[in-house]
Amino acid sequence: MRHIIALLLENEAGALSRVVGLFSQRNYNIESLTVAPTEDATLSRVTLITVGDDSKIDQIIKHLYKLVEVVKVVDLSESEHVERELMLIKLRAEGSARDEVKRTADIFRGQIVDVTAATYTVQLVGPSAKLDAFIRAIGKTTILEVVRSGVSGISRGEKVLCV
Amino acid sequence: MTLVCGVGITLSDRAREMAEHLSGGDMLIRALQDAGVEYVFGYPGGAALHIYDAIFRQQKVEHILVRHEQAATHMADGYARATGKPGVVLVTSGPGATNAITGIATAYMDSIPMIVISGQVPASLIGTDAFQETDMVGISRPIVKHSFIVRHCSEIPEIVAKAFYIATTGRPGPVVIDVPKNTTDPLITAEYRYPTSVSLRSYTPETRGDAQQIRKAAAAMIEARRPVIYAGGGVILGNASDALTRFARQLNFPVTNTLMGLGAFPGEDRQCLGMLGMHGTYEANMAMHHADLILAIGARFDDRVTNDPRKFCPDATIIHVDVDPASIAKIISAHIPIAGDVALVLEELEVQVAAERARRPALPDAEALAEWWDRIDAWRAAHGLRHDLRPEPGRPIRPQTAVQALHRVTGGEAYVTSDVGQHQMFAAQYYRFPAPRRWINSGGLGTMGFGLPAAMGVQFGFPDAVVACVTGEGSFMMNMQELSTCLQYGLPIKIINLNNQALGMVKQWQDMQYSGRHSQSSYSDSLPDFKTLVEAFGHVGIRVEQAEDLEPALEEAFSDKYRRRLVFVDIWVDREEHVYPMAVRGGAMCDMILARSPVGIEDNY
Repeated sequence: MRHIIALLLENEAGALSRVVGLFSQRNYNIESLTVAPTEDATLSRVTLITVGDDSKIDQIIKHLYKLVEVVKVVDLSESEHVERELMLIKLRAEGSARDEVKRTADIFRGQIVDVTAATYTVQLVGPSAKLDAFIRAIGKTTILEVVRSGVSGISRGEKVLCV
Repeated sequence: MTLVCGVGITLSDRAREMAEHLSGGDMLIRALQDAGVEYVFGYPGGAALHIYDAIFRQQKVEHILVRHEQAATHMADGYARATGKPGVVLVTSGPGATNAITGIATAYMDSIPMIVISGQVPASLIGTDAFQETDMVGISRPIVKHSFIVRHCSEIPEIVAKAFYIATTGRPGPVVIDVPKNTTDPLITAEYRYPTSVSLRSYTPETRGDAQQIRKAAAAMIEARRPVIYAGGGVILGNASDALTRFARQLNFPVTNTLMGLGAFPGEDRQCLGMLGMHGTYEANMAMHHADLILAIGARFDDRVTNDPRKFCPDATIIHVDVDPASIAKIISAHIPIAGDVALVLEELEVQVAAERARRPALPDAEALAEWWDRIDAWRAAHGLRHDLRPEPGRPIRPQTAVQALHRVTGGEAYVTSDVGQHQMFAAQYYRFPAPRRWINSGGLGTMGFGLPAAMGVQFGFPDAVVACVTGEGSFMMNMQELSTCLQYGLPIKIINLNNQALGMVKQWQDMQYSGRHSQSSYSDSLPDFKTLVEAFGHVGIRVEQAEDLEPALEEAFSDKYRRRLVFVDIWVDREEHVYPMAVRGGAMCDMILARSPVGIEDNY
């Protein structure tokens, strides 16, 4: 099962390496990881995607809590949440393909953020599955380069992750 | 600075005026004094010289000069295990720091409180591959509870206070403080104030267990017909041995200890089943397998205990008490998990069991318990360890008899440290420890070379105590340079070397699993003469080859004549001896090999 784990971390040098180190040390898997400071400059927020059964996720959360710099941990996928990822994708857009790329980007509510005579760069925001779907849909067009931000997530409703 | 540190004092203006200004080096040593440190085990070097100068200019903290940094960490570790106080290590950057790594990992695996201060190259040189530079915080990261790097000397008092707080609370562990040389510069000073208390918003160790879970556990315990208490090192670290002993005796439940938990319950008590696991006693492993209730307390279901976890104790309801929530349900899922301080949980459990018994006076079922004890006693009688073995004149000395002789000669009251291998298992099986903190060994990491320096740490903690290091010639040679340190500080340790001229445990496995092909496990042609060797270091050496000489040699070693001397007793033991019982690979806890098969090799292993 895929889980989205969000954590608040003391914004200190070395704190992130402890989180990442924990995953490699204990043979847990990280599919994606994003990190940036929050509105409180002393805290960073990390969102990471990992895969495992319930007992493994339980262990991951307990081990994260053991790290001295980890303040709070929550498994967002346990309840209703919003998940977003940003992708920038540079596509060859020549001849008949040029219109097709534009149409497909529109269908996915993507924006073309850079244009050359031979390429379009499309910006797409959404759940990871939507970005995957776009890549599949663009199919035959040549993909020149893909960059994805990794997932950010937040729970729905009035629940908040804060100190 | 983002950590919240509750410096709970407001200094008056006058006090503020009087606040001292100290250099980073002086602050570091002053902070150690304020943390109550008696000894620092260390070795100087370039990046740590400002700190060493601060040590020179004070008397309160005694520095013990070792011969190798690994030994410094084991000494601090042994000191911590025996006294319950955190051990402190000081090393320089680069090789000083990397030499400390094995000792830090040893302490980490066994949850030992330790502070390791490592010198570092000046901040301006970090990352330039400077002379004796290594990324200590990076290298040690997976084997520390936490680590700090000092950015400015003014942070030092707070970092030291936090380091001690983190190392000693919750599940204890080693903490590294990496100190770049510029932060200890004698020309740069800052105001020194040692925090009176520390609180960290992101670190809140478990204390009391959940009351409802404890009530559930109490009910399950008195309903049990075949209970076993499985007590680990956490009981010793959590100073809960008295509570455990009282509780177990009230209930008349059998107790088995892990390798790390030996002494948590008196070893010669009738209720004590001895050690469990790979080389545990027959009765302990059988009782575990057939139990209907297991109270696991301060233990972590190590693979050397459980054998195949899928076959582990099929009928048991498992109550698991541990201060570390991550230890619970890591290997074996618990029916009643209780995260909390073991002493506090035991106290509450005792109250709840009493209340439950008052409500249900028919429980626990005395008849069922008596039947259970009959079965255990039958197992013990059939295949239990024999504690009345004597050396047989004319026959090779069996290592088990050597440990039993040590037990007799020391009245069972010695602090015993060990290295790793067969001798460690013999000591664990046959020296029945009457009290906690007497048995000191590297259980988790299994570090050869641990025994001698650990014994030294114990002796520093208790200068008048009898300290014996049970070792083997293989392990001993991994840190024997510390014999020189022993002379310098006059440490009267007694080293009991069970010399089988081989890496005994490796050889045992090769006998059992590799058809007796002894690949790289013997060096009998090139062993030093240990008697001469220790004499060259200024100590006393005794060599024992005949069974009839064993007890007299030990009597002599522990006699008043050598009360102030280190004595090395080199006991030449039977080279063919194996440790039994031994768990059958991939089996359940009840699957054990009890003796060597007639052909000498266990082909069915």
